Amino acid sequence: MAKLILSMDGLVLKEIPLVKERTTIGRKPHNDIQIDNLAVSGEHAVIVTILNDSFLEDLGSTNGTLVNGNAVKKHFLQNNDIVELGKYKLKYLAEPGQQPAATAADFEKTMVLRPSAMKAAQDQARAMAGGTHGQPQPQAAEAARASAAQQAAASAASTGTASATEKEKSPAASPGATAPMTAPSTAAAASAAATASLPPAATSAAPAVPKSGQILGAIQILSGGNAGKELELAKPLTTLGKPGVQVAVLTRRPQGYFLTHVEGAKQPTVNGQSIGAAPHMLKDHDVIEIAGVKMEYFVKS
Amino acid sequence: MDLSRALQIVSSTDPGMVRAHNEDAVVSDPAHGIVVLADGMGGYNAGEVASGMATTVIATEVAQALASVNPQDVDPQTRRPQAESLLREQILKANTSIHQAAQSQPQYAGMGTTLVTCLFYDNRMMVAHLGDSRLYRMRDGALTQVTRDHSLLQEQIDSGLLTPEQAKTAQHKNLVTKALGIDPSVEPEIREYRTAPGDIYLLCSDGLCDMVSDEDIGMALEALGANLELAAQQLVQMANDNGGRDNVSVILVRVLREYPAARGVIARFFAWLK
Repeated sequence: MAKLILSMDGLVLKEIPLVKERTTIGRKPHNDIQIDNLAVSGEHAVIVTILNDSFLEDLGSTNGTLVNGNAVKKHFLQNNDIVELGKYKLKYLAEPGQQPAATAADFEKTMVLRPSAMKAAQDQARAMAGGTHGQPQPQAAEAARASAAQQAAASAASTGTASATEKEKSPAASPGATAPMTAPSTAAAASAAATASLPPAATSAAPAVPKSGQILGAIQILSGGNAGKELELAKPLTTLGKPGVQVAVLTRRPQGYFLTHVEGAKQPTVNGQSIGAAPHMLKDHDVIEIAGVKMEYFVKS
Repeated sequence: MDLSRALQIVSSTDPGMVRAHNEDAVVSDPAHGIVVLADGMGGYNAGEVASGMATTVIATEVAQALASVNPQDVDPQTRRPQAESLLREQILKANTSIHQAAQSQPQYAGMGTTLVTCLFYDNRMMVAHLGDSRLYRMRDGALTQVTRDHSLLQEQIDSGLLTPEQAKTAQHKNLVTKALGIDPSVEPEIREYRTAPGDIYLLCSDGLCDMVSDEDIGMALEALGANLELAAQQLVQMANDNGGRDNVSVILVRVLREYPAARGVIARFFAWLK
């Protein structure tokens, strides 16, 4: 059973097992964990425990709740988390022997899925599927794979810190990787909507989903045959210029838009100044000249 | 045969925005037409050691072997081009070195690496890969994924348990079913493809394809194909702008012209027979 250890200034005051589904923490006497201190709100926080998992929720307290030094509203408690309410500290200790749940980080490190893990899980799934002999049912096999994946992740997590090795060891033949791969072109990657580099300005397609926080810019052609036309810069990349003569690319980044020279003997200019070979960040109402065509960059939203 | 005039090769590798270490490694040898990319895994710095060993061993050993073997000749034992046997041999050699290092030194226990490597010869290339590092081909404005990941996710897609859409949001993207250095032996997937002038090949670690959609990769190669150096930088930057949660590595290879193998000696030999 998971428990909390209440302490103040390094002095252990109390050990509280998390037996109830809701364990309330606050200054008022009706709380499960009463902390009689003015820095603690009457109803400060609650810990909801479901099976082996505990969640901490701040109940809109005046002074807030910190977990490992960070203010939280809701938090999935991990072994050894330190919850702070004012000067009081609550250390969360998960049930001994319980493997900590795989964290998001475990799913980002590349790991080898060992066939032995899959085999064990498959046996388990076979048993679950009602002891059917021979080949496991497709669903069971799938469950096996999924649980093998979880086991692999869990085993990585159980090795403790992030620096530990994330692989199990034991040899076996891979039951999964069997069928020889067929034609090379599989996930026939949707090729980018052809960058029809119309001189002077070019690519536009269905506006991409705007990323939150990113500004949306546009350019307006000031000279040449397309003068007056406006082009919204919704894509991550927009090419400008004439292929073979002078080409530059406008890249959309979290910081804003950057103009970079791609090909051609001459580099494009911004407000009359050559930008050189390095990416140049654009400001609102900058005037770009490329392949003899002038255009103005402006921020739309 | 020196291929450095037929192939333009540019590579870039970056630790990304989150990781402190770069466990990826890239090596290219334009003269011999060899490119190798590896994404290492294992605790502490073991991942870097594994990927570093894989790239160096394969690049140098293949280059050395090419001095005595013509990759386009047919291997009498396998009836396949010598390039295939040569690549397999050197990959197995790298596998043994990594595996032995992992066995003998406790700090390297369990290390391993993914691998994707191409050997260019005679207007063709031999591609070998293990794990989830990929090879893409850009031809006539279309981006195609050439290799198929050795991953749990790919297996689930193949068996119809997941649609490619579901796969994009799946949690277990990180589980590979094959890797170099994990077991005493390994069976790399090796295939041969024809190349054509104008092709651009992209070798990348999962740090790129997990963070940047294939569509955006294609767009970047299309727009910046004229400037390979910039294209490589742009790809790394896009991955980092999208979060850069893993190390990002790319190798770009552009086929500048035909590079048929010199068949002079054989032609002369047949002429002499007649």
